[in-house]
Amino acid sequence: MTSTVAIDFETVIGLEVHVQLMTKSKMFCGCSTEYSGAEPNTHVCPVCMGMPGVLPVINERAIEYISMTGLALNCEIAGFSKFDRKNYPYPDLMKGYQISQYDLPICQNGWLDIQVPGEEPRRIGITRVHMEEDTARLLHRVDASTGEGYSLIDVNRSGTPLMEIVSEPDMRTPAEAREYLVRLRQILRYIGVSDANMEEGNFRCDANVSLRPFGADAFGTKVEVKNMNSFRAVHDALVFEQARQAEVLRSGGTIPQETRGWVDERSVTVSQRSKEEAHDYRYFPEPDLPPLRLSRDWVARVGAKLPELPAKRKERLLALGLSEDEAVTLTESRERAEYYDATHAALGDTPRAAKLAANWVLSEALRWSNVNAKDLDALPIGPGQLAELILMVEGKAITSQVAKDVFEAMAASGKGAQEIVDEQGLGAISGADELTGIVRRVIASNEKAVADYRAGKEASLKFLLGQVMRETKGRATPQVAQELIATELAE
Amino acid sequence: MALTTDDVRHIARLARVGLNEADVERYAAQLTVILDHFDALSRVPTEGLEPTAQPLPLFNVMRADEVAPSLPQKVALENAPEVEDGYFRVRAVLE
Repeated sequence: MTSTVAIDFETVIGLEVHVQLMTKSKMFCGCSTEYSGAEPNTHVCPVCMGMPGVLPVINERAIEYISMTGLALNCEIAGFSKFDRKNYPYPDLMKGYQISQYDLPICQNGWLDIQVPGEEPRRIGITRVHMEEDTARLLHRVDASTGEGYSLIDVNRSGTPLMEIVSEPDMRTPAEAREYLVRLRQILRYIGVSDANMEEGNFRCDANVSLRPFGADAFGTKVEVKNMNSFRAVHDALVFEQARQAEVLRSGGTIPQETRGWVDERSVTVSQRSKEEAHDYRYFPEPDLPPLRLSRDWVARVGAKLPELPAKRKERLLALGLSEDEAVTLTESRERAEYYDATHAALGDTPRAAKLAANWVLSEALRWSNVNAKDLDALPIGPGQLAELILMVEGKAITSQVAKDVFEAMAASGKGAQEIVDEQGLGAISGADELTGIVRRVIASNEKAVADYRAGKEASLKFLLGQVMRETKGRATPQVAQELIATELAE
Repeated sequence: MALTTDDVRHIARLARVGLNEADVERYAAQLTVILDHFDALSRVPTEGLEPTAQPLPLFNVMRADEVAPSLPQKVALENAPEVEDGYFRVRAVLE
């Protein structure tokens, strides 16, 4: 008989993220990593195919990239590090082992600050970041004549530099896990070491999740969840696991230590294998690779390559007087943040310039970015050109209404703001002489609005102004036009 | 330490090396001699020494991130017992 016990549980989540690095060549050989769409087994050589007697050699750029990652995640970079062989018999490993790092990873003891919107900021520990190599890709097919399954191997991916980032079990909710992944991906893209695209498989996440009664120190038995191919999938899988484990525990059951796979179509996790039959990897030092001694100088040189990171940028934008939302959105990607900075710089070093640049980047520029699914480095309007447009509006050479059309024309043609305004005759009409005639025409043909205004309906003035703007295709300077209407009606 | 003929057959199977009975006898003797050399190593006093996997004083042996030519697919697949559509074909793989 099972009885339901009312216990409140705390969820404990740790994440392991595998990230493919954007090097040109593989981790230990010169084969190209640009294998996407390539014929199978065409980016291969004796080293990555695991032929006997070959000698792997470490790709220096990969070591640089993982060190940059470690520094960006506030890790210690090991002065002494080495590679190890992780043995397991699976056909996606051509050598029968994977070159990885066991006890002396390159990066250790870091952290990443996260904040789920509306909640307190949290610091998530980074246990380690180590270097390894990706495996070959397997395809599973069924023989049409015998009905038997078989597998096909493409070695192109094998040996691609792979970085594993292991967090401490510091996350407490699925939302925190998701936020951690979002911020981690953001940093990896900022520092330019990976595309970090989950759907394309160059950013993969496994989650360790357990429950314990609130207030308990000891961890519950953890379950490893795999096969999540999007941030949403990670979030949903953790929500599912949380509920599943709570139900088992509340009804008096125990959680076996196991690996479970997320089945996206059914939104459930299913048991894959129990940890009791886990492989013994028989790690031992890789004798073909001399160890690494990364000097302080070398680490400092690598550190100097890091750009300003998102958290710091955000702080700087807040200090300029921008709102939290504005600062978060403007620093979403490095391209966007740099575009904003350059636009701001071209407008001058004033709080007003900071705000103007933010308004334009967040509205027109981001609209273009969303419509075209491209970041702002691809916008045909450079930051200097955008600043020119903004200054024309500020100087009342064009109205803000017209400016939006000019922006569109600039984005479509690549021409400058002044050129488009001249070509299309879009300059603001602010002279009373030019506007008076139009104002009188509008008043004459809108008797009802005029009568309403005279009867005390202030809003009718706005309607009449709208008509003037329409007549001038938005070119009338609104303040001047409004004054003229009021003057004419007062007579 | 003497290797049995069963050990040799087991290792040969793991390495996918085909041996006949005469080979098995011969290699059992030869491999035993090789293993005896390691016995000699285990008699060396190593107390107080840091373990190392590297007898050479080498560090930071690295290469620049440059692409070198790969093998043509035909050559890459040359040793494979079974091939299909440019892939290595193997028995069904189930975790």
